[in-house]
Amino acid sequence: MIEWIIYIFLGIGLFFNLLASLGLLRFPDVYTRLHAGTKCTTFGAIFLAGAVIIYGAWRWYDGDTAMVNMAIHAAIALVAILVTNPTGAHAIARAAHRSGVKPSRALVDDLAPGEEAAEADMADVEVDDVE
Amino acid sequence: MIDLYDPFMISLIVLSISVLIALVRVILGPTAPDRIVGLDTVNTIVVVSMLAFGAATMEIIYIDVAIVYAVLSYITTLYVAKYLEGGEI
Repeated sequence: MIEWIIYIFLGIGLFFNLLASLGLLRFPDVYTRLHAGTKCTTFGAIFLAGAVIIYGAWRWYDGDTAMVNMAIHAAIALVAILVTNPTGAHAIARAAHRSGVKPSRALVDDLAPGEEAAEADMADVEVDDVE
Repeated sequence: MIDLYDPFMISLIVLSISVLIALVRVILGPTAPDRIVGLDTVNTIVVVSMLAFGAATMEIIYIDVAIVYAVLSYITTLYVAKYLEGGEI
């Protein structure tokens, strides 16, 4: 019973981590790659660490008393991932926008600094070739 | 002794494949933020695979290493992002 819960959690986590790397390979743009590479790994890490936590709690319930340490430490690692990963993604997106990387096929940049820059962007906008 | 048919070890192999796919983006990436996104993804998957390896070999020390690796990779990501943004480090 508990084995099958662990297998299902591992399957969901592996599926989302594999989707993250495939999306990182296939998407056209820094921002869409961030979309794939950060959210999917966070969601997959929740389920994979959940599998480790359930495994440790299960071995502890069976009488192996040292394994409760594994469950608690895996929970701490999960909290570290959950706190740091979206913050890092936000920092990367901000740095990419400030360093001048445009989204592909974007016409108007609403976050450009100053009114003049926004109007200049709207005045001479160039439509890229749509592949 | 490492059991290759342990489900955590099988998931470790699949995670290694996804790390290799993400490393292709780190090598190919046209701009610097692309490479940082790839490195961030690789770091998260490495943390998760350290958890799976600790569960496969029943060693708690790998999970402690995973905690430290998560925090240090976060600091590295913030550092490089701040450098790209043009601010003072």
